[in-house]
Amino acid sequence: MNISWYIALSAVLFAIGAGGLVARRSPLVMLLCLEIMLNGANLSLVAFARMWGDGGGQIFALIVMVVAACEVVVGLGLIVALYRNRLPIDIDELDELKDPA
Amino acid sequence: MVFQGILFFIAAAGAIGGAVAVVLLRNPFFSVLALVVHLFALAVLFLLLYAQFIAAAQLIVYAGAVMVLYVFVVSYVGGADEPIDQGGGVPRALAPIFAGALLAVLAVAIGATSMKLIETNGVKLPDDGNAYGTPEQIGELLLTKYLLPFEVASFLLTVAAVCAVVLARRRRGLEELTDDTPLLGEGLGKR
Repeated sequence: MNISWYIALSAVLFAIGAGGLVARRSPLVMLLCLEIMLNGANLSLVAFARMWGDGGGQIFALIVMVVAACEVVVGLGLIVALYRNRLPIDIDELDELKDPA
Repeated sequence: MVFQGILFFIAAAGAIGGAVAVVLLRNPFFSVLALVVHLFALAVLFLLLYAQFIAAAQLIVYAGAVMVLYVFVVSYVGGADEPIDQGGGVPRALAPIFAGALLAVLAVAIGATSMKLIETNGVKLPDDGNAYGTPEQIGELLLTKYLLPFEVASFLLTVAAVCAVVLARRRRGLEELTDDTPLLGEGLGKR
């Protein structure tokens, strides 16, 4: 398979993730959409690593996975904290920091 | 070669289908399950790119650990079905247009690339050791050329673990929440 197929697939996945991030209101599903975007980027990194036959891109992909794991841990911690404080799990209603005017 | 092509299209369909299902399914629990399908398909794609170690890490770290975390939080918070086309209005309806525009920009960027290798299957890998993408090669790179990113990543994981404990622990010194306690979030959306 041409490397360009993988790159095109990663672009499609990134766009789906970005669209879902805008479309959904539950922070949980937004985190899932973020995972899709990160995975799309990861796929292109691994594809480019294969293109050059160099392992550096794979290391980059591993680091992206570490960052994604950290993001999940902090994001889910925030959601659990919201739930503990009896706040709505809905980003449209979490607008305390917005200027009331 | 033909077999690889067929496998690529099956895995690509799985990855795209899983991603679309994550976005479209209303129940967060089913969204998580759809993401597991997506992650498995991506692991197959990584294998097709000779990235064995990344594929294994993807299955163990993502499809294993991270997804278990998601399932626990969804069942803890109670994944209620989410009405998609309520509130927001205009911005939500624009989401597919936004995604399409982003895809168009990316397609132009990919189509206009001047990289010659992108139309090939990549450089020819050395025949002898099958060294590319194996745990040996990744481990050697992590401990020699990419030692600093490796250490920074471990530090980042430590920070994230501490942060999760601080965020999710039960605060001491507050009165116990009872059924009579007024809900902090009550009336927020009714302004």
